[in-house]
Amino acid sequence: MSSNIKLPIYMDYASTTPVDPRVAKKISDHLTLDGNFGNPASRSHKFGWQAEEAVEEARSHVANLVNCDPREIVWTSGATEADNLAIKGIANFYQKNGKHIITSKIEHKAVLDPCRQLERDGFEVTYLEPNEGGLITAEAISNAIREDTILISIMHINNELGTINDLDSIGTLAREKGIFFHVDAAQSTGKVAIDLTSLPVDLMSFSAHKTYGPKGIGALFVRRKPRVRIEAQIHGGGHERGMRSGTLATHQIVGMGEAFRIAKEEMDADTKRVEALHKRFFESVSNIEEVYVNGDPDNKVSNILNISFAYVEGESLIMALKDIAVSSGSACTSASLEPSYVLRALGRKDELASSSIRFSFGRFTTDQEVDYTVSLINHAVERLRELSPLWEMYLDGIDLDTVDWQTH
Amino acid sequence: MAYSKKVVDKFENTINEPAKFNVGRFDPKEINVGTGMVGAPACGDVMKLQIKCESQGNTHVIKDVKFKTYGCGSAIASSSELVEMLIGKTLEEAKEIKNIDIVEALELPPIKIHCSVLAEDSIRQAIEDYEQKQ
Repeated sequence: MSSNIKLPIYMDYASTTPVDPRVAKKISDHLTLDGNFGNPASRSHKFGWQAEEAVEEARSHVANLVNCDPREIVWTSGATEADNLAIKGIANFYQKNGKHIITSKIEHKAVLDPCRQLERDGFEVTYLEPNEGGLITAEAISNAIREDTILISIMHINNELGTINDLDSIGTLAREKGIFFHVDAAQSTGKVAIDLTSLPVDLMSFSAHKTYGPKGIGALFVRRKPRVRIEAQIHGGGHERGMRSGTLATHQIVGMGEAFRIAKEEMDADTKRVEALHKRFFESVSNIEEVYVNGDPDNKVSNILNISFAYVEGESLIMALKDIAVSSGSACTSASLEPSYVLRALGRKDELASSSIRFSFGRFTTDQEVDYTVSLINHAVERLRELSPLWEMYLDGIDLDTVDWQTH
Repeated sequence: MAYSKKVVDKFENTINEPAKFNVGRFDPKEINVGTGMVGAPACGDVMKLQIKCESQGNTHVIKDVKFKTYGCGSAIASSSELVEMLIGKTLEEAKEIKNIDIVEALELPPIKIHCSVLAEDSIRQAIEDYEQKQ
């Protein structure tokens, strides 16, 4: 069965994607003397003009995917920088209006860490709990809004769960109250349609490498009407209308542009394929006893599937699945020895949280890879449960919550 | 993952051939069985170790051992390593086994030292349980 499958199998597309060969070709056309290698900021010769043209074409592709004006796209080094620029940029520019920010506990560290930094600088931040399904509701935000709230930063699609927040209702609320709304959309592009012309969102962060583009490049959408202003975080030449200095990385930018052009063109086909993979995977895995899907299944993308295998510890499962590249929000994988903060925030029992694994599929995942992965999971879970004293207790009908554990 | 080949081998052998590596259980009510269970699901590891002993003169010898472990790869490898060390030892000798013996045998990375501590605790508890029954 495995003879024609290349091992290990990549099931971690939500962490990063391989560059699409069409994108790689585009990148390599913008590097060498024979190619379009110029500095887009050079105004005095053809090399610069051509590079600038390529950069602007790429900007149009990015804008086109999310239906905004190309002049609203600012290149950054990735979604992390875009998040930093949006959050610190708004906070610094508008701090006279107030120093309160609302975000959530399940944001990516690229949002949480800038917020922590702003707290050290005298801002106050409210970190909202998600509901049981992993969603942040407009109602939860409404309850947290204060007179001095200047910014709401909520992710579109959660990277661990794949859950989709309702940007329309949150944005409408933010507009009513005159509060800026930033969205981390690193996981969204090419997966769900985004229409910034109608969405009440002021700033949105994008990443190339989650959408078959290269690492090291991303973008921030900064709305022009109504106008949103941010204070630059990097200075040195005033590129990108003063919002982000630094020579533009032409090859990475055209890579992102090409990746987003393809994403727009192939989103429907990609989505259909991934939905079929998700169905195939889920139907097999749900035959295993005591398996739970994390995150609201009715508000979730199909490319991410976060599953808890009860009574099996996450890291040992990943080790037993050595031919499958997956990611775990588990104890032991990080130096902190803590279960995933996202699953914790859902209120999952610890033993469930510690056995959660995120499987994520993409453009190059095949049916055979899914079938092989599921067969390995079946085998590994069975073996590890045979080894698990918790599974033994479960089979004996012992409620683990009543056991007097010796914590250490 | 900063795992030594020894941890990986021990882990894989144990899950692939559970019977050969003493995975299983004894009836804890048997008089010659001592059971130790340490750790907590919330901490990410639980070890259950059972020894079956035989009295020989004025000492007791560990004739057989069974274990089950919920935990990371190092925790499972640590339990399995400990089990191998125990068979045939007197209780006095078993009490001398220290976590550092497991650390050295498996070349555990510093972040996984707690797995060996837990293994040491599990044998202590199993011996205590056995001695109380005698």
